[in-house]
Amino acid sequence: MNIPFSGQIINMCAALLLLIAFAMLSQRRILSLINLFALQGLILAVSTSVVAYSSHQVHLYYSAALTLLLKAVALPLILHRLIRKLNVKWDVETLFNIPTTMLAGLALVVFAFNLAAPISQMAGTITKSTLGIAMASVLLSFLMMITRSKAVPQVVGFLAMENGLFFAATSATYGMPMVVELGIALDVLVGMLILGIFFFQIRTAFDSLDLEHMEKLKED
Amino acid sequence: MEILWVLLVPLFGGLLLAVFGTRRFAPELNSAASFCTLVAAAALASRVVAGGAFTAWDEQFFVDAFNVFLVALTAFVGFTTSLFSRPYMRIEQHHGKLTANMLRLYYSMYQLFSFTMLLALLTNNMGILWVAMEAATLTTVLLVSLYRTPASLEAAWKYFILCGVGIAQALFGTILLYFAAEKVLGAGGTALLWTHLNAVKTDIDPTVLSLAFVFLLVGYGTKVGLAPLHNWLPDAHAEGPTPVSAVLSGLLLNVALYAVVRSKVLVDGALGTRFAGDLMIGFGLLSVVMAAFFLSRQKDVKRMFAYSSIEHMGLMTFAFGMGGPVATFAALLHMTVHSLTKSAIFFAVGHAAQESGTQLMEGIRGLIKTSPTVGWGLALGTLAILGMPPFGVFTSEFMIITTAMHGYPWAMPFLLAALGVAFAAIFGRMQLMVFGETAGARLPHPPALLPVFAHLALVLMLGLYIPPYLAEWYRQAAALIG
Amino acid sequence: MSYPSLLLQLAQNALVLLIAPLLLGWTSQCRAWMQNRSGAGVLQPYRNLNKLFHKDAVLAVNASALFRATPYILLACMWLAAALVPVLATGLPLSPAVDVIALVGIFALARVFISLAAMDIGTAFGSLGARREMLVGFLAEPALLMVLFTASTISGSTSLITIVETLAHKPFVLYPSMVFAAVAFIMVMLAENARIPVDNPATHLELTMIHEAMVLEYSARHLALVEWAGALKLLAYTTICIALFVPWGIAETGNWGALPLAVAALALKLAGAGAGLALLETLSAKMRIFRVPEFMGTAFLLAVLGLLTHFLLETAA
Repeated sequence: MNIPFSGQIINMCAALLLLIAFAMLSQRRILSLINLFALQGLILAVSTSVVAYSSHQVHLYYSAALTLLLKAVALPLILHRLIRKLNVKWDVETLFNIPTTMLAGLALVVFAFNLAAPISQMAGTITKSTLGIAMASVLLSFLMMITRSKAVPQVVGFLAMENGLFFAATSATYGMPMVVELGIALDVLVGMLILGIFFFQIRTAFDSLDLEHMEKLKED
Repeated sequence: MEILWVLLVPLFGGLLLAVFGTRRFAPELNSAASFCTLVAAAALASRVVAGGAFTAWDEQFFVDAFNVFLVALTAFVGFTTSLFSRPYMRIEQHHGKLTANMLRLYYSMYQLFSFTMLLALLTNNMGILWVAMEAATLTTVLLVSLYRTPASLEAAWKYFILCGVGIAQALFGTILLYFAAEKVLGAGGTALLWTHLNAVKTDIDPTVLSLAFVFLLVGYGTKVGLAPLHNWLPDAHAEGPTPVSAVLSGLLLNVALYAVVRSKVLVDGALGTRFAGDLMIGFGLLSVVMAAFFLSRQKDVKRMFAYSSIEHMGLMTFAFGMGGPVATFAALLHMTVHSLTKSAIFFAVGHAAQESGTQLMEGIRGLIKTSPTVGWGLALGTLAILGMPPFGVFTSEFMIITTAMHGYPWAMPFLLAALGVAFAAIFGRMQLMVFGETAGARLPHPPALLPVFAHLALVLMLGLYIPPYLAEWYRQAAALIG
Repeated sequence: MSYPSLLLQLAQNALVLLIAPLLLGWTSQCRAWMQNRSGAGVLQPYRNLNKLFHKDAVLAVNASALFRATPYILLACMWLAAALVPVLATGLPLSPAVDVIALVGIFALARVFISLAAMDIGTAFGSLGARREMLVGFLAEPALLMVLFTASTISGSTSLITIVETLAHKPFVLYPSMVFAAVAFIMVMLAENARIPVDNPATHLELTMIHEAMVLEYSARHLALVEWAGALKLLAYTTICIALFVPWGIAETGNWGALPLAVAALALKLAGAGAGLALLETLSAKMRIFRVPEFMGTAFLLAVLGLLTHFLLETAA
């Protein structure tokens, strides 16, 4: 083991992100889901700034600050407000029971690690092994979106997936060019605002945010 | 300079319409903005035809024969659709389906949507390409949900989630691409620039790049509407306003396919195998077959033509996957004629549905009697899209099929069966809608059918005679793609 | 084997036996404070034991020898387990025997006996408790083993002593896999020691009880032994937890000078662990018994993830 200390911290953050991804998968309460999402954003910001420190890439500090602001503060606040306004504090209902979902998640993690193994071999960055974890987090968020039937958890899953992608970008490649990152951040923010409006429209139209009502457009 | 105009006009048009969208002159302003975009695009195209490919603005933008042809097509269809939407949206407002504020949202988003597509086409940066595609998703989500009915909200939600997930895969692919390219080009801005990537593509690590391509294909393929990730497409087409269906089918799918093809060029160079092409052939063929069989079961006219779009996009993906000068030429031609024909069909279908008061095909009867122009437009458009000679679709499909017969004879039964099923289904339904007894009412505003016939005339011309400069242009683009 | 180390071993054995009720008392006291109660004081478990030892034992008429022997076996198992864990120092006479798999085996042995004893009398509660204990146990043991395997793969040995030496006395390295292992271990620890959210140690009036249902028929000195064994089990788990995840401060082989520091570190860590446990118990509510398999399944999954993470992140270098 001769990974430098900053690399160890990033590895630790990677492990924590994976842990949070699993916690989200097993979470039944919507408020805890949002808090977990905020925590994920915080860890992401920490790991990004550590990468910035160890690789002396100034633009990564900006990304870290942006992440902190957007994902650990702004988006969770927006989501909390939405939940308060929509008065949807019910438990999250899942389409499959949680142990099954967790087992599927474990299989996905094994799959992602296998997929990432050859890539990690050739990575030159100090944080080469984290790509597998990033891929696993993306797949786990994907699984969460599939297994949840309500609108808000699906969106949290979507945002968590974006977090996983961002982690892949910073950990494997020291971040994308700044223009691209700004663009991605803008897209996420705008998407979130649109979804916020959407929630209200959906609730007015269906009297509920349960997507099971949305089954009219099926193939006949 | 032309690039700047092509991008700035729709951007400012969108902002301007966000302010003045409720005024009476908003539709004209919308058309004017689209017209200016078209003029700028034409100027850009003539410059490329004269002087060849070039990059601009620190190489952030890149124009070659391939994308300038799509820019011109996008600007043209964008303009004709804005002409069509002027009376169409007035009629919708007259019927009480839309309020003034909804119209403002529509006009503003229409221009911004054009902006995002043009940005996606013109950028040289694979990261910005992703950002623009995602932005295009966001603007179209608002357009699809314009009516705020439960069905349109459901369609928009499905569209957002499915394309959001899909496009997230594409981002992962882009990250992997950057990851692989960074080794060769070094960290920083240039490692995502397509021109630089293209120059060093043989040195990029093939393992990572093939993985990246899988993610990019799945991601952008979702937006192309490739099976099995096509679920959003029929809903979004059926529930959104008809001009939106026209630009979705005619333009957005093309732009997404453009992103796939750009990635394929890189991967082919790095791998030196047929990996990327074979994947595209597989997805393309699957989409063609799936779409043909779903298509025959549809009751909603817009859904039926949406499935027809999936079929044609599958065919193009198949053709691009085969590669080679003839197949790529055919795919580019098919892109053009499909855009023109499909948008023309949606224009006609939109007015037909307004007359009958329903989108269900059993409610649409005797169009020839109520408004002959709409009826003939639909009949001719349908014949064109089904690949009847002498329309241009026939030429491109014929070229694709003859190439496939040489290279991929095993695919022939699937292709021909799918085309046959689609033909039978659409032709039979079209006859019932166009001829027969009518129950429809006249429209409160005269329909704009100039775009329909302009598109069909172009398609007819491309079937009979491809102007030499256009053929040369396609050939250049085909050579670029390989 | 030198006399000082033998003496130290004996001292450590005596120490764990004596401080086990103290840890239990401290945890209860912390819990009381957190819930704004004044609490019974940290010495309450000693008073309880004292009281129980002075009572006359009552046995059911059909109680067999197994029923009477079980409290002693239980105490012996738990004392052995707690004494084996390197609490103060490594390199003691018993150290070669401290294999993590053996430890799990000792716990399993105790589990078998208490379950048999619970069914011995033939009351409904006893059998019910035994069945639930087995339900928890068969899920908790694999999870525990996975946690220990993660630690073992890091240090390359299943000996707890080697693990501690690797983790504590080599240059400091962060092990992401240990994060997963730690969470999984805490979950197992809660379940195995009949703590909230799996079981409630404070009452035997709930239909969902597990541990208390099994020992319902015990009284006087037998009950005292069972409770003492329970306290020892908690101590054993806590010290394993300390040894695996925060081993800094445990004295190296032959380093006598470090002993006072080791004692101080141990006291501090145990106090922290007790407070942490109390906090966990205060924050969570007892879950339905049917959720317990899910809880333990999660622990197992996390432990497996820890192992996977280890292979991905820590072996690549």
